[in-house]
Amino acid sequence: MAAQVRVLRQRIRSAKGMKKITKAMELVATSRIAKAQAKVAASLPYAQAITGVLTALASNARIDHPLLTPRERVRRAGVLLVTADRGLAGGYSSNAIRTAESLIARLKADGKEPVLYVIGRKGVAFYRFRNREIAESWTGFSEQPAFDDARAVGETLIKAFSAGADDTDGDAGADGILGVDELHIVYTEFKSLMTQNPVSRIIGPLQIEERPRSEATAAGVLPAYEFEPEPESLLDALLPKYINTRIYAALLESAASESAARRRAMKSATDNAEEMIEKYTREMNSARQAGITQEISEIVGGANALAASGSEV
Amino acid sequence: MAKQLHVELVAVEEKVWTGEAEMVVARTTEGELGVLPGHAPLLGQLAEPSQVRIKQAGGEQVAYDVAGGFLSVTGEGVTVLAESASPATPAR
Repeated sequence: MAAQVRVLRQRIRSAKGMKKITKAMELVATSRIAKAQAKVAASLPYAQAITGVLTALASNARIDHPLLTPRERVRRAGVLLVTADRGLAGGYSSNAIRTAESLIARLKADGKEPVLYVIGRKGVAFYRFRNREIAESWTGFSEQPAFDDARAVGETLIKAFSAGADDTDGDAGADGILGVDELHIVYTEFKSLMTQNPVSRIIGPLQIEERPRSEATAAGVLPAYEFEPEPESLLDALLPKYINTRIYAALLESAASESAARRRAMKSATDNAEEMIEKYTREMNSARQAGITQEISEIVGGANALAASGSEV
Repeated sequence: MAKQLHVELVAVEEKVWTGEAEMVVARTTEGELGVLPGHAPLLGQLAEPSQVRIKQAGGEQVAYDVAGGFLSVTGEGVTVLAESASPATPAR
């Protein structure tokens, strides 16, 4: 009996320790969500401004740029997958990986060869374990991405994309580098604290939206811009930056989603630990009571037996 | 009072400076230029490295070192886009 009580007490202690850890992680994740959302908000002015500039440029100049023209024949498609560096975030990474896998399956069915670019240790571990080739990977910033990280990723992707321009079937073309003809990104959209959806988007070639001119005509004719330098070289300089911004936005949103997923996972872990502590405390109390009852009945039984045998007490 | 320019200086990670100014001086890849109120719409790529000076009413001036920058002048004002922007060292 005493042994059982001791075992239960030990379990309660370990459950309490676990609860402390998960509670702390929950609080950390909560504050990180707020931070990530603030960063998303802070990055919005630039994103809006660069979109506005590109719109102005597109409506004034002839658009003819490799980053804007879909390739006739897509042989290889780059897939950028954003996952977490650490676990304990519920299904965050595995959901993103699953979305990427279905995208890869779709690309393969279309006769395109997928090329993997992975952000986050969890995704890297997934593909390493399965011995699948990763073209390039980046780790260490999934929770707090900086723009420099996004730029490093973006430069690699754009280089691969421009290297893919001269590829022919089974041949790397003049530059000797096998590039890609399409760029996809798989990241986790932050809908709300409770909902985060993994999504796949195409980021290269960029798709131009032809918007009906009703807004523009209502506001008067769009101003005729002067360009310094020429529109073509401006486009050259702006488009990679725009793609970097898109990647940065995706990274920020993924970071917010990761923290939200982790917070939810840690919240339910804390709740479970609480439940276990309660259950074990009940069990321990009833075991202790049972032990006491047994001891009393043993003493009473012993005394009765002595009395019955007629000896003096 | 003379017309004022509405100036926004935005970096990727945050909005750096916003307010009214009399003149914005920046250097594009083609050369130095100053923007006064009523300037024709213009889109320019800033030189690397580059300094953007914003002259406010009353003679005050703020300057930023800008990397990877663009300048956009529209009827509403001036927007400077930068990958990174930090307050310029006053020595220069």
